[in-house]
Amino acid sequence: METLMAIIIGILFTIGVYLVLSKSLLRIIFGTSVIAHGTHLLIITMGGLKTGGPPLLDGRAVSYTDPLPQALILTAIVINFATTAFLLVLAYRAYSALGTENMDHLRGINDNE
Amino acid sequence: MSWLYLIILIPFLYAVIVPLIFKHIPQIHTGWFVLPIPVLLFMYLAKYVTFVAMDSPFIHSVPWIPSLGINYATYVDGLALIFGLIVTGIGALVILYSIYYLSKEREALGNFYVYLLLFMGAMLGVVFSDNIIVLYMFWELTSISSFLLIAYWYQRKSSRYGAQKALLITIFGGFAMLAGLLMLANITDTFSIREMILRADKTTAHPLFLQSMVLLLLGAFTKSAQFPFHIWLPDAMEAPTPISAYLHSATMVKAGIYLIARFTPIFGGSMEWFWLVSGVGMITLFWGSFSAVKQVDLKAMLAFSTIGQLGMIICLLGLGSAAMYYGPVKEAALCIPAILAALFHLVNHSTFKGCLFMVVGIIDYETGTRDIRRLGGLMGLMPVTFTLAVIGSFSMAGLPPFNGFLSKELFFTGVLNASRLDIFRMETWGMLFPVVAWIASIFTFIYCMVFVFRTFAGDYQPQKLEKINNEPAWGMLLPPAVLASLVILFFFFPSLLAQYLLMPAVASVLPGFVEASLGIGPIEAWHGWTPELIMTIGVVVVGMILFANYHKWSRFYGYIPVWFTLNFAYDSLLVKTEKTFEKITRGYMTGFIRDYLLYIFAFFVVVLAGVILMLNSFAFNPDVNNVSMYEVVLVFVMVVAALMVLLSRHRLVAIISLGIMGYLVAMFFVIFRAPDLALTQLVVETVTTVLFLLCFYFLPDLKNKIGEIGFKAANMAVALGFGLIVTVIALSAQSNRLFETISWFFENSYELAGAKNIVNAILVDFRGFDTMLEILVLCIAGIGVYTLIKLRLDSRKVSSKNR
Repeated sequence: METLMAIIIGILFTIGVYLVLSKSLLRIIFGTSVIAHGTHLLIITMGGLKTGGPPLLDGRAVSYTDPLPQALILTAIVINFATTAFLLVLAYRAYSALGTENMDHLRGINDNE
Repeated sequence: MSWLYLIILIPFLYAVIVPLIFKHIPQIHTGWFVLPIPVLLFMYLAKYVTFVAMDSPFIHSVPWIPSLGINYATYVDGLALIFGLIVTGIGALVILYSIYYLSKEREALGNFYVYLLLFMGAMLGVVFSDNIIVLYMFWELTSISSFLLIAYWYQRKSSRYGAQKALLITIFGGFAMLAGLLMLANITDTFSIREMILRADKTTAHPLFLQSMVLLLLGAFTKSAQFPFHIWLPDAMEAPTPISAYLHSATMVKAGIYLIARFTPIFGGSMEWFWLVSGVGMITLFWGSFSAVKQVDLKAMLAFSTIGQLGMIICLLGLGSAAMYYGPVKEAALCIPAILAALFHLVNHSTFKGCLFMVVGIIDYETGTRDIRRLGGLMGLMPVTFTLAVIGSFSMAGLPPFNGFLSKELFFTGVLNASRLDIFRMETWGMLFPVVAWIASIFTFIYCMVFVFRTFAGDYQPQKLEKINNEPAWGMLLPPAVLASLVILFFFFPSLLAQYLLMPAVASVLPGFVEASLGIGPIEAWHGWTPELIMTIGVVVVGMILFANYHKWSRFYGYIPVWFTLNFAYDSLLVKTEKTFEKITRGYMTGFIRDYLLYIFAFFVVVLAGVILMLNSFAFNPDVNNVSMYEVVLVFVMVVAALMVLLSRHRLVAIISLGIMGYLVAMFFVIFRAPDLALTQLVVETVTTVLFLLCFYFLPDLKNKIGEIGFKAANMAVALGFGLIVTVIALSAQSNRLFETISWFFENSYELAGAKNIVNAILVDFRGFDTMLEILVLCIAGIGVYTLIKLRLDSRKVSSKNR
């Protein structure tokens, strides 16, 4: 299962990076989301999969899955949500103020001209 | 306890209050408040003369960074004392002179005196420091204060150009010197110069000996304006004249000489040191004197003359270093006069050149020009200034009864003795030294005559002068007069100087030689019809003839093409470097975010792939867990959804596919025994999808026709590489367990935190602070979102500001 996960994480990263490198702002945001999903899966795979029961002390399980990656991912999900929301609003404002969301047109102004 | 280390600090401390004085007491010239500092320091240092003459050097050490072996150690011996007295003595005279030279109404005197005190402290630091790191720090500080003083009239383009040139060249040398010093410290295993001298025998055989020597000399040569680094000194003449007199003739440019003299006990006696130091010095002597003759600006003439005279001193130090080859035995007696001559001329040069610079300052101040084509016949207008000019330049030309005569005779003795050496291939090349020295002395004689007679004799041309005044105020005449009287005094009483200052200094350059009493004769004006005297007479006769026919042969200077000069090389190097790097920077700083991200991702791929290949750390163990059917289905759907996000032409499809991916991740969390994650992911994914749909309303549709093939191919290559690297890392990390898990600690969460849900306990208890900061990030993002939506800047204002 870990091998399969490693492969799918690679696929997710490939697609995410490709999206981030595109010119459209919306696609860049899609790309960050895809990379975030890949990262979460990567962290949980690194901790070892299905090594025990869920990390709840209800007396039923003898051993538990590693809880530490889960805590990390929980934080990551929330932070990712915050940045995605911010990026979306930024895209919306950039588009309404500048009339384009093509990154090629959103270059800075040349200082020397 | 010695107060010695305080004399270095006092100028720095006083520099702090100078701007306050300048601001609050504008009616009195700030210079009057600064003047007591060098005078007191000079008197304090003079107290050491008798002690040092009795050969008891002073040392005082304060630990500064003890863990690195860096001590703030001050050390006074004969060599350091000569420099200390010159720095404070000339400093006092220059400050007195500047009080009358710089107007208190028009000039930013606060800055001027702060820079000057900064320099004075730094220079004292250079000569009195025993620790090489401290020495280096003060050394660079002199470069910086010199830069600030050259650019004092920063409104002028030429001042800024000169300051930049001086800084670039001297700092380049400074860095080289630092590298050399560190190598030396590595060889001798100490940062103290005195310790290094004691362990000098270890250095010669070391493989880094030559490298450290060359690097150290680069520092000395750039600072002392030696060929081919001399080009900064003429441009440094844009500084106010008191500064030219102080930094660029009397003190700072002699720091290189100090360094060479100081390290002679370590490097001296080797053939490379002998030839590098004396050869470069000789070339500089010739080139400086030769170039000085053609100058029409009096200050430029003095600048080239300074270059030549510095070359002469350095050449003498090189020739004298051969004494270290013999050791303190009878054969070394041939070389010691050269060291004595170098130190004697060092003092003499400070007196007569300081005097001459001040004379030029007076001429400039009273007539408004320094161009000898416009000057002439000033003898009647300024008889006192004329007298001072005669004393200064005749001493420089090497005529009696001035101190320059004595040191020039000693210089001839030095080169004649050197030509008799039979080591270091001198038996073949030795005659070169007296010949070049003699020719250079003729040129020196000529420009001295040009200096005096073009300015003060000849036709008086009042129509070409901006203003015409008589003698200046006494305050401008007194400092050069003091120096001129020293010029004459040293001629009549050289043994006084020799006994108290020069011989102790020789003792520190060549340790152990003075005690051996090798029969160094006293400095005398008359020592019979020796070859030296005949050479001097030859210089005067040939010099007179050439000066009289100056107009016939001076045309020769016009034949040197512009592209052949070092200045041209420097300028084009600077311009070309700037242009090349601008081109390179503009090439990759495109302003297009995709390019920057491409560099970052490509860098990641290259570095990580390189590390994995180099360390051969790829590992792959087949799984322990079997894959069940529904997991395969989940993975399959996940890939399809991701591809949909990538390929879809419609925003709505892409957003929904993204949502599907999010829910699939939640499903994975369920399978992987992470119920909290699954719940959170479900909630967050729902909200995110709603957000996407909200923004969808405002954003344009996706255009699939973006970018050409090359663009996409590059993106694809980097993306594939990145994905592959992540997979490889995931597999390798999975297969290598480098350390045991630490998670058992958290499994006691009920005992430690009273919580049955371990993940929650970690978040709110074990790592509570992290969670708090996470909430802070959420708050910041929330404020950002709110501001972006609410903030309405006037669009016209924005566009005009950006343009």
